[in-house]
Amino acid sequence: MTSLLVDVAAGAVAGGTSIMYAGLGETISERAGIINLGTEGCMLAGALGGYAIAARTGTPWAGVVAGGLAGAALALVHGVLVINRKANQFASGFTVLFLALGLTSLWGVHYVGATIHALHPWRVPGLGSIPGLGPVFFRHDPLTYASFVAAPVIWWVLDRTRVGLLLRTAGERPEALEVNGYRVAPVQYAAVAAGGALAGLGGAQLSLAVANAWFENMVAGRGFIAVALVIFAAWHPMRVMAGSYLFGAALALGPALQARGHGVNQFALDVIPYVLTLLVLAALGRRTLQAAPDGLKRVFDSARVA
Amino acid sequence: MQLKLAGITLAAVSVLAACASAPGGCAATGTVAIAAPVGGGTVVDAAGKAGTGGSAVGFIMVGPKDDYGYNQAVYAGSQAVKAAFPDLQVLTAENVPEDDNAARVMEDMIRKGAKVLFATSYGHLDAAKKVAAAHPDVVVVEQGNSVTGAMPPNLGTYFGTVYEPMYLAGIAAGKATTSHKLGYVYAFPITQTIDNIDAFELGARSVDPQATTYVVNTSSWCDPAKQAQATKSLLSEGVDVITQHQDCTATVIKTAEAAGAHVVGYHSDASALAPNGWLTGAVWDWAPLYTDIVRTATAGQFTGSKYNANYRVGYKTGTNPFVMAPYGSSVSQETKDLIAAAQLRLATPDGSPFLGPVTDQDGTVRISAGTVPDYATIEAITYFVQGVVGKLPSS
Repeated sequence: MTSLLVDVAAGAVAGGTSIMYAGLGETISERAGIINLGTEGCMLAGALGGYAIAARTGTPWAGVVAGGLAGAALALVHGVLVINRKANQFASGFTVLFLALGLTSLWGVHYVGATIHALHPWRVPGLGSIPGLGPVFFRHDPLTYASFVAAPVIWWVLDRTRVGLLLRTAGERPEALEVNGYRVAPVQYAAVAAGGALAGLGGAQLSLAVANAWFENMVAGRGFIAVALVIFAAWHPMRVMAGSYLFGAALALGPALQARGHGVNQFALDVIPYVLTLLVLAALGRRTLQAAPDGLKRVFDSARVA
Repeated sequence: MQLKLAGITLAAVSVLAACASAPGGCAATGTVAIAAPVGGGTVVDAAGKAGTGGSAVGFIMVGPKDDYGYNQAVYAGSQAVKAAFPDLQVLTAENVPEDDNAARVMEDMIRKGAKVLFATSYGHLDAAKKVAAAHPDVVVVEQGNSVTGAMPPNLGTYFGTVYEPMYLAGIAAGKATTSHKLGYVYAFPITQTIDNIDAFELGARSVDPQATTYVVNTSSWCDPAKQAQATKSLLSEGVDVITQHQDCTATVIKTAEAAGAHVVGYHSDASALAPNGWLTGAVWDWAPLYTDIVRTATAGQFTGSKYNANYRVGYKTGTNPFVMAPYGSSVSQETKDLIAAAQLRLATPDGSPFLGPVTDQDGTVRISAGTVPDYATIEAITYFVQGVVGKLPSS
């Protein structure tokens, strides 16, 4: 009954929000020079942590807090390995991912089938009734509304504040921080923790609002889409927001077409985010890489040497 | 008595003869219900001792025993065997991969005294064959797959016909819908799923000629966020009854319930998740079949029995592991009576959800009027019937 466009656009926001949270978190982390390939794991930790605490306490908001904390805690494991122990960032990220996959499957068994008070959609009075825009933007859960302001706020903090300058300097010219009497490690720890917390929020949004359930491995690759998204968006929070909706639309297109009787190949649609990222990399090539924080370039270079 | 035995022997010999002349050997004769003598003699002498003399029964599962789905149903069945045979030890192994590890776990169970083994996943068949060949005294049965060619005397496969209860659930859906649009969230276009979708639509159509079933696939057995999106897309198209074929089922049920739609379940009774919208569903109950297989095997009557074949059960043969879930509060007595009558009809020789004429989406008659397709034909259906809206994914 609803038009295809509205259905896909509403689905893009609903399905893109968790990816946006994780992508924003990864942007913060990477701008400080730490790439976290375990973002998928942080989302899983947030999804289970959030669901478990929501089930135990009976309030989804306790779950939201727990989801953020779980994501941050896991990201800090990665932080200790790469900041303190100078481990290879790629190897550490994957280790953290598999740790999270195993632990959430193990501990999550008790919460499969548990019921919670979910974060239900709340229709914004007035705005929610606007044809087209209403269903797309104003009939969502509270974490989706929060994401509308999260992206611009993170952009403003990164680009316009002293905290953002410190963080970016840690990623670009860590020696400049040292010269000015700052220590690099605490700044990077803070960025990694914030990144993990946002990924955890993304996971909690999946389990508490979208799925209203916990199942093992339920993040199903969205954390990897988020990491690809950060490159796609050239480390800019507003472009992360736009990109997450684009990737969300790719996820929503299949069901929307099928529900109208069209045959589609879901596998082909599922690779769209990665194909788009490859296309951006191919088209922009050098320019994209130049947008990368200097600290990250060192990570890529050292990986190449090793 | 003597006459009776002679009669049985005769019947068994004729069955054997039929096997020898049938292409593909005995594998397709799923209804041989009596012990077949091997090389003459009386039934008791010739029954073979495979499956007897053991102190244990073993079950291997591909997943965890508490997955609220396939493997949990297997575990529940194994516990029913334990209750029915207090003298036998029931061994269970979870998360057994579909490779040589399965054979290793079964060998271990044999060392612990098992003479009857249940390999309960589709991919456990190769290991089951191997173990059966190495241990002629042990009965091995596999769940869901089928053996092509000659069936070894101590091996068998078994499965139920889930499309029958889905047909009955389709009746409940057809009576519940007001938009005449039903929705089906499925994972992959495998034949078992296509059978379910077709049977669901055929059941709905039997009570509502305008009923249509809209299908959306997720390309994953358990991706709850995709399930939520698929359900929302169906609801936005005006669908007011939702069902599914997924491994994890809670998200679809909760999403439909929150939108005020009706729900037909799968795998387990999830009526608690949808107190308003729940209609019914297909759920598992392996207890009668497992118990009967163990009884047959431990009595030394496995070889030549109906279980020493690719055994398929439905309402005709009884012991279908798929049964109807309890009805929700919105299901009327009239609907319940219609379903009860349909179930009786399915149990008659001419009864089948796919009783011809069956027409596909293009209007081609695939099963001619009056034809009752056999299990093998139904398990090979690769088309949607008329009334299903949507296409199979292109590959």
